Amino acid sequence: MMRLFGLIVLLWTLAVPVIAQDVPVDPRASTGGAQTLEDILRRQEGIAVDDQFRRDLTGDPEAAAATVDQLGTLGGASDPDLWRAIRYGTADITTQARGPAAKTLIQDGGMWWLQFREGPLLKIAIYLLGGTLLLLTLFYFIRGRIRIDGEKTGRTITRFKAFERFGHWLLASSFILLGITGLLSLFGRKVLIPAFGHEAFSALANLSKWIHNNISWAFMVALIIIFVVWVVHNLPDKTDLQWLAKGGGIFGGGHPPAKKFNAGQKLIFWAVIVLGTSISLSGLSLLFPFEFNLFGHTFSTLNGWGAPGWFGLADLPYPLAPQEEMQYAQLWHAIVSIILTAIIFAHIYLGSVGMEGAFDAMAKGEVEEQWAREHHSIWAQRVIDDETRRTGAN
Amino acid sequence: MKPFLIALVALVAISVGANQILTEIGFSTSTAGTSTGNVRLTD
Repeated sequence: MMRLFGLIVLLWTLAVPVIAQDVPVDPRASTGGAQTLEDILRRQEGIAVDDQFRRDLTGDPEAAAATVDQLGTLGGASDPDLWRAIRYGTADITTQARGPAAKTLIQDGGMWWLQFREGPLLKIAIYLLGGTLLLLTLFYFIRGRIRIDGEKTGRTITRFKAFERFGHWLLASSFILLGITGLLSLFGRKVLIPAFGHEAFSALANLSKWIHNNISWAFMVALIIIFVVWVVHNLPDKTDLQWLAKGGGIFGGGHPPAKKFNAGQKLIFWAVIVLGTSISLSGLSLLFPFEFNLFGHTFSTLNGWGAPGWFGLADLPYPLAPQEEMQYAQLWHAIVSIILTAIIFAHIYLGSVGMEGAFDAMAKGEVEEQWAREHHSIWAQRVIDDETRRTGAN
Repeated sequence: MKPFLIALVALVAISVGANQILTEIGFSTSTAGTSTGNVRLTD
């Protein structure tokens, strides 16, 4: 009998662990379902934590005690349940304020945006813009000013008509003011307020905002003008490959043939058109808050294609809270603007101090014939031939 | 530099004009984000 009892005990002790392994272990059993120390530490390290266990803990009206019981009128949701529901956007909120964002009392993703905006985004701006200026300065000292190699003829040919120059200067002047006011807004809280105080920055910020918001229309008008007048001259062709293969002749000398615009200028043109359009769209989204939501739909479409997976990333967030739409628009607007500004630094350099004779094209519309023959030989020859034919006909 | 000066004039005209138009049609964040609906103004 004792042997039989011993066998039963042995089998039981062996079987219990097997049974225990089949029962799923609740990782938050020790906290009664609330977040654990591990969850908090993971979040502090920036590691993603699946917070579904908290999202659903928003109380249950069915669990409410009957009104006749003690404390029954408090309902089935505790204060923490209510705050969780507000935080995760599932609370039934009634408000007299209108607009898509009115019912979002706590926006869970806002801190990520704020921290990125006040940290990495400012560093991106400093490194990219400062780095570009540094590289251009180095380039100037290494390569020097690109001079007109041949002897100047004293004759000029028309490079840009008045309307082309008007469109260029409208775009340039609006872009410079937008860039300055945009950087004032971006660096205001972290740099300008500590340096000049709240009151001084308040006046500057108001003026800056008015300029930025309203000059944006001039930028968009100018973007359309330069696209219309120059797109034909900026379509890629085989001369661009030759120009790029020789690096534009910047190092090693020589002047690869080019039409009205060389491959480098075409790259600048398309960067201005594509990035400028993108900046305009995200700017309109910011100018009319919550009216044009660009990112939620884009993220949903990209997720549908499985695009994030191509780069080993998780799906992009969808749906987005109304504020998140604005936050993504702000980040996109700022980052693309910073990239375009860096490209424009190079354009301004080459169009002014970097190359002899280049500024005349936009200042006067006329360029030295030798300059045109060296930098835009195909275009120059065509213009000179046309002029000769016209003169001969007269 | 005449096109440059005209561009500056156009810049100011477009900016002020756009601001006037948006103000005239009543577009502002306060009008877009609020409503008198569901508000008992007469009680």
